Amino acid sequence: MHVNVNAESCIGAGQCVLIAPEVFDQSDDGTVVVLVESLDDPAQAAVREVVRACPSRSISLTESRSG
Amino acid sequence: MPINDPISIQFPRRGRGQLSPPDEYATLRERPGLVRSALPNGSTVWLVARHEDVRTVLTDPRISASPLHPGFPTIGRNGTVPPPDQIPGWFVAYDPPEHTRFRKALIPEFTVRRVAELRPAIQRIVDSCIDAMLAGGTTADLVSAYALPVPSLVICELLGVPRSDRELFESRTRVLVTFTSSDDEREAATKDLLLYIAKLIAMKQRFPGRDLISRLLKAGVLTPKEISGVALLLLIAGHETTANNIALGAVMLLLNRQWIHTPGVVEEVLRYLSVADRVALRVALEDVEIGGQLIRAGEGIVPLGAAANHDEGTFDRACEFDPSRSARHHVAFGYGVHQCLGQNLVRIEMETVFECLFRRIPTLELDTAVEDLPFKYDGVLFGLHALPVRW
Repeated sequence: MHVNVNAESCIGAGQCVLIAPEVFDQSDDGTVVVLVESLDDPAQAAVREVVRACPSRSISLTESRSG
Repeated sequence: MPINDPISIQFPRRGRGQLSPPDEYATLRERPGLVRSALPNGSTVWLVARHEDVRTVLTDPRISASPLHPGFPTIGRNGTVPPPDQIPGWFVAYDPPEHTRFRKALIPEFTVRRVAELRPAIQRIVDSCIDAMLAGGTTADLVSAYALPVPSLVICELLGVPRSDRELFESRTRVLVTFTSSDDEREAATKDLLLYIAKLIAMKQRFPGRDLISRLLKAGVLTPKEISGVALLLLIAGHETTANNIALGAVMLLLNRQWIHTPGVVEEVLRYLSVADRVALRVALEDVEIGGQLIRAGEGIVPLGAAANHDEGTFDRACEFDPSRSARHHVAFGYGVHQCLGQNLVRIEMETVFECLFRRIPTLELDTAVEDLPFKYDGVLFGLHALPVRW
């Protein structure tokens, strides 16, 4: 699975960093940064939770890399 | 045409001693469409109760957070909050793109990493409040001794208020969040605070520190006037909400002691209590359909956070307090671009507050029956006026 983020729509709530700190970080301006793009199974479960929680719907999961 | 004829109901409220959301919310979630309700001032609003619908309302660009639009709902007393159009920087009342400028300027101050830097200061503040409680005997009012001073002192720390001014700062803030304060007292306290914040900003311009105000001034995105509005907003928004979560959360944990030291307890307290149930008020700018209901332009909307957070379709056994669940997608901090900026600070505060309280005072118990506690039944926020405890 591949994780996609939209730093433009990100509002810097930081939910992703709290739930999956091994996958996400925040840049100095507060927006989302992806640390690991391809995910193993345990990371996928956490990222699914992130997708549900993100208040700006800036994070999605796809089977393979997408634009 | 509306899908169904809307029914009109009294604004729902909790029963005596009830910590869970008002019983009527279950009916609101189950009914097709939405329900109309009359506000104390006589205007009517749409109540939104389902989790998915609440999230839709809070993200639809045709729905506004600005009280300047006709039809915007007003609930209960407004005394604590000055008219937003009089305070530049009161950005919760702005829509994008104006809101975006403020959010972008402020998010670097509230990243997970930045707020974690406040952890040692928060621990010191929490410990000093507990020291004072223990020194004062074997009973206390947990609201005035703990739940209110902790967030107030944390905001002082965040804004860089010097220790010598904290008493002035806290006493004026206390007036704003005290139920029995008169409108005149509130107005005077607001004026004092704005005056004080203006002086603080002037001081930070000359002698910058390692605090939020100094960094915002240095960044130069917001004007000093806007920064003063932002500071007042952070103070008001971050104070009573956090205090209510601390006080009611302590009650929840005293009634459910088996969960006291569980990781995840903060998230479940936030979800279960949803103290800011009816805070995110909105108005439709165009005709819009929500949950199968047509809402006309100019009609007020009240998304009920507590109703959404107890939606069985989203949370299994939603009515149970269960800190072992994954509740991260709750809307206790709102949703969309207005979701609480300080949420990660609140999480650290609550985590520290509960951990320290039950570790240092393990024999803590309620000093009155739950039904007799002075709940804020009619407040904008759900909370407690006082919480008598003993140990």
